[in-house]
Amino acid sequence: MRAPPSYQELAANFDWNVAERELGYRPGDPINVGWMCSDRICQLGLANRLALLWEDYQGKEKRFTYDDIRILSNTIAQFLCEQGIRPGERVCLFLDRVPELYIGFLGILKMGAVAQPLFSAFGDESLLVRLADAGTSAILTQKKHLYKVRKIRDQLPNLQQIIVVDADATLLREREIAFAMEQAPRVEHFSVYPTTAESPSVLHYTSGTTGQPKGAQHVHYSIIAQYLTAKWVLNLQPEDIYWCNADPGWVTGTSYGIVGPWSNGITQVVLDSGFNASRWYEFIEKYRVTVWYSAPTAIRLLMKEGAEIARKHDLSSLRHLASVGEPLNPEAVLWSEEVFGKPFHDTFWQTETGCIVISNFPGMPIKPGSMGKPFPGITATVLDPKTYEPVNRAGVAGLIALRPGWPSQIRGYWNNQAGFQAKFKNGWYLCGDRASIDPDGYFWFMGRDDDVINTGGHLVGPFEVESALLGCPAVAESAAVAKPDPINMEVVKAYVTLKGGFQPSGDLELEIMNNIRKRLSPLAMPQEIEFVDSLPKTRSGKIVRRILRCKEFNEPVGDLSTVMED
Amino acid sequence: MDEISKAVRDYVMREYVSEGDDQEITETTPLISSGLVDSFSMVSLLRFLEKKYAIHIPDAAATPEAFDTVERIVALVRRFQKVEVGGV
Repeated sequence: MRAPPSYQELAANFDWNVAERELGYRPGDPINVGWMCSDRICQLGLANRLALLWEDYQGKEKRFTYDDIRILSNTIAQFLCEQGIRPGERVCLFLDRVPELYIGFLGILKMGAVAQPLFSAFGDESLLVRLADAGTSAILTQKKHLYKVRKIRDQLPNLQQIIVVDADATLLREREIAFAMEQAPRVEHFSVYPTTAESPSVLHYTSGTTGQPKGAQHVHYSIIAQYLTAKWVLNLQPEDIYWCNADPGWVTGTSYGIVGPWSNGITQVVLDSGFNASRWYEFIEKYRVTVWYSAPTAIRLLMKEGAEIARKHDLSSLRHLASVGEPLNPEAVLWSEEVFGKPFHDTFWQTETGCIVISNFPGMPIKPGSMGKPFPGITATVLDPKTYEPVNRAGVAGLIALRPGWPSQIRGYWNNQAGFQAKFKNGWYLCGDRASIDPDGYFWFMGRDDDVINTGGHLVGPFEVESALLGCPAVAESAAVAKPDPINMEVVKAYVTLKGGFQPSGDLELEIMNNIRKRLSPLAMPQEIEFVDSLPKTRSGKIVRRILRCKEFNEPVGDLSTVMED
Repeated sequence: MDEISKAVRDYVMREYVSEGDDQEITETTPLISSGLVDSFSMVSLLRFLEKKYAIHIPDAAATPEAFDTVERIVALVRRFQKVEVGGV
């Protein structure tokens, strides 16, 4: 049997048209991600292959073949058309990891609308900001999340329909409609909207240092990169059983929890539950998972629970392991080799890149703790932070930068092209992270280049947390910064000054934490609140987070003269 | 139901069960593994326990497994109450 091509072989003379050819796409033709991930796979003779094996925390199981997801996504697409939703409009998926989320994603794309997945643990304020910015027309949700939508619906003039996938119609109010995907009349044939390469497909919200979250606009052509990176970096092969831990409320959960595996015709498994080491190992054992795409936070939680739990299960089916979210520490790579007999391969990318851009490529020697090397077709470097020229010296830190133009790069931020343009310097796209490159070309992550907090692989914008803190009755001023954390890499820490009449206390700290958790999300909840008399400020009164962040990381603050003059 | 069990259950109901949700919380209802309480939210539950019972639960003991049901949480609180009393 011929050995699979090496990284060097694949990188030589690389062209993205490899993926175009394999997907049967010719430039200029219509291209629709929903169709590519369902109808096309059926046309390849795989209609009866399992596309989705879903299980909830109680062990209730559902199975869907590729023909099922073809028909059910048709059914959802048809239903949305009947509700008056038009191509180009935004349709939000505000769902737990239920089958309707995965199949609904394809249905929205098939009728030409833009899918806007949002993490179902978001509180009403996080939801409001993102739906208002996107001018969302419809939202698919569950009964359990309806109360959050009801709190804000009157502030959303564009929101025409609230579609509840598990509700009794009698419980619903005006503009709310029940839709039971599996009970609805099945739509065998649906005329898929002829989206083209540059048609908007997905709108994922991501956080920056300043302002509210930004809507990253993806297009249908992004499937070219998601298909190929899933196949090559995640090493997907036809008979694989693939498990991606990520929630489709975030970009990993759509790029590699829906589009990557399904465009490759792979069977994927989904466990709609929280974290439990035993349960996760049972799940891998039960479904004979072969490829597992997880996250450093989850891996470190598994490490914390101990190797003995893993050894009680037959995990021999695992063939390839990969990780994404934040840098994977060397200990986690070594632990996985010891416990699973194979290492986790770290991968690096972000909402704006749409696909894996740097990775420990299968077959390439892994340097534990390294991000790996650029994907073939991706030109990556590190830039001097002052000149924005490539550093070109091994081991010297710089800003991670990519040459624009790969298929899944976002085309802009919704309503914020200026913010998008600001991400480019000297013809390079800046990721917002710092790294160095070693003499062998491996990238080594060093940290964020801004105030964004990377907690458990999710970015939290300090501005959003600070704004919410100011909404707490006791809070006068606030600053949100990253604090190092052994499991989540970073967590949110808040520095707070109090209004007159309020005193610092454990009760008040807990009250503020829970307030933020409910209004924004558990990720944004400060895990620690430090009450202070005053916050460091510039002469013009702007809070200097950098001083507080350095304090948390026990790093020198450096020269503040220009900052303080701001 | 003893005092600790009732306090934990009430806190979970008040803080983590959605307003529109008819979820019942018993001594053995999975909290973490069901996704009702995620690992981030677990920190506020930990803080609640430490404050209410004047105990310190070290990171190594504050695992998702140990927080998965009211029953296990109560056992954890009792364990560290003993430690505090014993002065270890």
